[in-house]
Amino acid sequence: MSDSHEHSHPHGQPHPFQPDIEDTPLTHHQLLELAVGELLMEKGIFTGDEFRRTLEDIDSRNPADGAKVVARAWVDPDFKARLLTDTISAAAELGVDAGTIPIMTVENTPDVHNVIVCTLCSCYPRLLLGLPPDWYKSRAYRSRVVREPRKVLAEFGSKIPDSVEVRVHDSTAELRYMVLPMRPEGTDGLSEADLAKLVSRDCMVGVTLPDSPLK
Amino acid sequence: MNEPRFPLGAAVQIRRAWPPGHVRAPWYLRGCSGSVCHIVGEFGNPEEMAYGRYDGTKLMLYRVRFRQSDVWPDYAGTPQDTLEVEVYENWLEPAQAEAAA
Repeated sequence: MSDSHEHSHPHGQPHPFQPDIEDTPLTHHQLLELAVGELLMEKGIFTGDEFRRTLEDIDSRNPADGAKVVARAWVDPDFKARLLTDTISAAAELGVDAGTIPIMTVENTPDVHNVIVCTLCSCYPRLLLGLPPDWYKSRAYRSRVVREPRKVLAEFGSKIPDSVEVRVHDSTAELRYMVLPMRPEGTDGLSEADLAKLVSRDCMVGVTLPDSPLK
Repeated sequence: MNEPRFPLGAAVQIRRAWPPGHVRAPWYLRGCSGSVCHIVGEFGNPEEMAYGRYDGTKLMLYRVRFRQSDVWPDYAGTPQDTLEVEVYENWLEPAQAEAAA
């Protein structure tokens, strides 16, 4: 192997290496997760290949699926009614497989602003919105958004008028939640695909509002 | 489906209890009173299933709405702000019971 790598740092000045993930010891629960996974494979409950495929499927989900569902609800009141009744079936109409864990869509209105949290862990509609952002799992978000939601929302840049009820949903059990934001002003002429582009992950968690193109 | 013990709109309170182990009623709501806003349906009890003790019995799950000002005495938002949480029936009791006690 030729040493073609030009070293730009003068010798004697060690530069910090990016730490390897193995540099930090596994936590108790990481170890437990590995052990249970290996046991299930050893016992033939599922194969390593099936395990990997499932993880790939989960990793491939992203907020665009949720945005597609929201945009359709904005243009089609009948679809919106079905979405609010049975989110998984409504999503399936658009070819979106939202999984089997029931999802409840909560609608923002001029009177109510909804925001989602899971104070016990980090429950999240992963199959509809993809993996949750790190802040959603942080203790700061989980403990503060139930205690001082308006302040947390303001930190996200969302000022909710005092006349609007802020309704926090603590997702502690069998349901997962998605916020159906209000359609922003100035979007009358937009196509469904362009409307979907206005719908970010964070507005389906309820910490932000979709941008109006008038801004 | 078994009949739900608490109808829609019933005034309920989350039990003021602190058992150890896998517990699914958020600590900050123990002893708080609210009202049933949704009867979700029956599910296996996760507090038993967490220990592999699931015997097939089902437990009713509710969504309960609280006024934030009832949860946090010094709540800084507006009086109409609310919080909704899923609570299994084993954690609920009639709100009046506590008031009368």
